[in-house]
Amino acid sequence: MARPRTSAGDVLFQGGTGLFALVIVIITAGIAFVLWGRSALTIAKFGFGFWGTDRWDPVSGDFGARTFIWGTLYSSILALAISTPLALGIAIFLSELCPHRLRQPLAFLTELLAAIPSIVYGLWGIFVLVPAIRAVEQALPDWIRATPLFSGPAVGVGMMSAAVVLAVMIVPFSSAVAREVLKAVPAAQREGAYALGATRWEATKIALYYTRVGIVGAVMLGLGRALGETMAVTMVIGNTPQVSASLLAPQYTMAAVIANEFAEATSSLHISALVEIGLVLFTVTLVVNAASRLLIWRMTRQPHERSIVAPLVPEEKSA
Amino acid sequence: MTMRKLLPIAVTAVLLGATLGAQKISITGAGATFPDPIYEKWFSDYNKLHPEVQINYQPVGSGGGVSQITQQTVFFGASDMPMTDDALSKTPGHIFHFPTVLGGVVPIYNVPGVTAELKFTGPLIADIFLGKVTKWNDKAIAAVNPGVSLPATDIAVVHRSDGSGTSFIWTDYLSKVSPEWKQKVGANSAVSWPTGLSGSHNDGVAALVKQTPGGFGYVELIYALQNSIASGPVQNAAGKFVKASLDSVTAAAAGAAANMPADFRVSITNAPGAGAYPISSFTWLLLYENPKDKALAKTMNDFVKWALSDGQKLCAGLGYAPLPANVVKLELAQLAKIQ
Repeated sequence: MARPRTSAGDVLFQGGTGLFALVIVIITAGIAFVLWGRSALTIAKFGFGFWGTDRWDPVSGDFGARTFIWGTLYSSILALAISTPLALGIAIFLSELCPHRLRQPLAFLTELLAAIPSIVYGLWGIFVLVPAIRAVEQALPDWIRATPLFSGPAVGVGMMSAAVVLAVMIVPFSSAVAREVLKAVPAAQREGAYALGATRWEATKIALYYTRVGIVGAVMLGLGRALGETMAVTMVIGNTPQVSASLLAPQYTMAAVIANEFAEATSSLHISALVEIGLVLFTVTLVVNAASRLLIWRMTRQPHERSIVAPLVPEEKSA
Repeated sequence: MTMRKLLPIAVTAVLLGATLGAQKISITGAGATFPDPIYEKWFSDYNKLHPEVQINYQPVGSGGGVSQITQQTVFFGASDMPMTDDALSKTPGHIFHFPTVLGGVVPIYNVPGVTAELKFTGPLIADIFLGKVTKWNDKAIAAVNPGVSLPATDIAVVHRSDGSGTSFIWTDYLSKVSPEWKQKVGANSAVSWPTGLSGSHNDGVAALVKQTPGGFGYVELIYALQNSIASGPVQNAAGKFVKASLDSVTAAAAGAAANMPADFRVSITNAPGAGAYPISSFTWLLLYENPKDKALAKTMNDFVKWALSDGQKLCAGLGYAPLPANVVKLELAQLAKIQ
């Protein structure tokens, strides 16, 4: 293949855009560097023990991140468990089943949810969602309340409220991306499925399978938002650092403790501990994103010919 | 047409005149959010009296105020907590504390079926916050509230999730009245709470207490006054049950003034005096004794002098308790040392 002709403009353009891309790398590295440097005090004092310790006592100067890591991961995963089916349902309905006239207004409304500031979600959470969840919690039969998942007093604020608020906040992101991905399925794909006698459900399944990488990407985008969300979560989660499986228990997240305590932290150890929480959050986000990349990479590596026909035509059993 | 031609010239002339006529003096400060409303009022009123003086205040929090004055990125700092010896040792010069106004913290509660005003003692509040008293009909609550029929509702303790001067005053008070609290929890803007839920800021705490049957929490006196939230009287060091008000908070400061340390770093919780409300505190302005910019120091001194005299008259309107006269006198003596 012959090399494309180059001109000074091309070189300049490549260099310029390359520079912009480099800025992202520099900013990310800069954040990691500053977080590392500013948390030197607690890194030196607690080492890796910081990750596994439950205690968080600014008065005696004992700090550990485990309860916050747990709260962040647990609330985000619960939120995904609620929001993923919802977002997929919305995306499938809008791209496959929805009457044309309704499509635009509905898509607009879901995307409007994304534009609401998180403080508004937080206030809605405190004044509307929490009392409703408290009523639901109190109405739960005793045998359910006896399980570890629903143990403890029913006060409304806690993990369940946080998960629901987060889920509502990430649905528009996941559903918007999933809808775009589903829209990108070639018409020939759908027509082919129908031509082979597929039902609507089967054709939708094929479309989902065809777009699985994008769908996973949509879910992961939601996860990224959930991990870092601060205001709305802190207003309804109860802000109590503890590791508990109970959905009723008040807990705490990494982003929330930074937002809550940074402004009034006066001792240098306390400030350092909060910065290190930022470093932990940075690392956890990095690991989660890397894991989702790995997942997508593994999915795209699968042999292509199996991907579309497999669900329809049963494979011949090898002898 | 002439108008159009003249306008730019006129504007330029006015601007030029303004810059030449009065040398603007701009002072920047940062710190506590609690006194922000009264400080903003002071700065704007002072600017009306002295148009050349422009004071900017960033309410970034007490921690931010202390770190910014330490790094000398602002001319003055403000804090709801006196600076610790450790923090003072890190500043490049000697720092003076100036009490400016007073605040109080009040217990608020939501007990179903109880309309009578509930009274509290310090040790009782500490035991509730330690998780030792868990029901509203506990003997300890009934003992200070004879004649009130109390329900067997669980107490839902509510505290501040954000680091705050309010929490500092509250935990400072509990540390003084309960040795167990002092040993297990201590006093700080953020502590490791033994029990309960956290709400964000005064409104978050108030909302949780209001919504949760059996809720018990604390908010700033100003917030309670502005939102007419009922609060209970608290027993003071003299054994009297005192309701929080601007007068009873000022009385606490007056009681403490007798033993005022030279650097004004004093806690006035559980102050002596029959009329003193026990959960009260100063908020402080932080200034260097020998600032680099002498002209700014002169302007700032004039302002502080005004704030401690005429400025105090603006306090009540915004819900702050003014300083007692004996404290102001001591502060003016300290102010004279700045040059």
